[in-house]
Amino acid sequence: MGVTKEQVESSLTSKLNPAHLEVIDTSGGCGASFTIEVVSEKFEGKRLLERHRVVNTALEEEMKQIHALSIKKALTPEQWKQQQESEKPKPAA
Amino acid sequence: SFRCSAALTPELKNTLDKVVTSHKVVLFMKGTRDFPQCGFSNTVVQILKSLNVPFETINILENELLRQGLKEYSSWPTFPQLYVEGEFFGGCDITVEAYKTGELQELLEKAMCS
Repeated sequence: MGVTKEQVESSLTSKLNPAHLEVIDTSGGCGASFTIEVVSEKFEGKRLLERHRVVNTALEEEMKQIHALSIKKALTPEQWKQQQESEKPKPAA
Repeated sequence: SFRCSAALTPELKNTLDKVVTSHKVVLFMKGTRDFPQCGFSNTVVQILKSLNVPFETINILENELLRQGLKEYSSWPTFPQLYVEGEFFGGCDITVEAYKTGELQELLEKAMCS
């Protein structure tokens, strides 16, 4: 059985109210392995470990079946904006 | 209060307190340092080896009780789990991130000197 990408997305959406969310199923369909990027105000004032705990807690039920969860990004909206701007290609002169 | 489902008994908690402080760097992982059985565990082993610090590894695949108890002890649902000076530092993603920023090296240097 496992967990679907949609279930992971819906739990994170309802609990973290993310400004940006990307869930990638890295299991090849069996639903046991996901990579996540999430941007949420809930990370404000929290260290990386605490941010990851927030994500783990939001997925508490799903984690019983998920074998591997990789949190690639856990950013605040402000950090996300800065990162996007720095990654933006420079406009041609 | 007593919970039947609790994996983390007072005895196990006591043991874990001792294990995580038995060495400055303790890694609970899938497999051993020479034969990691999961890519995430392997990543952390390689990072620790590259930083040239002594570390102790414990194979959680060999002890289901320990595996379940640790999840509660660390409030962390997955493995590997890295402990530095008796304190939970993080899983694979956090270790990789801290390695990239130099924060891990700094912490380990401090731990080695203390």
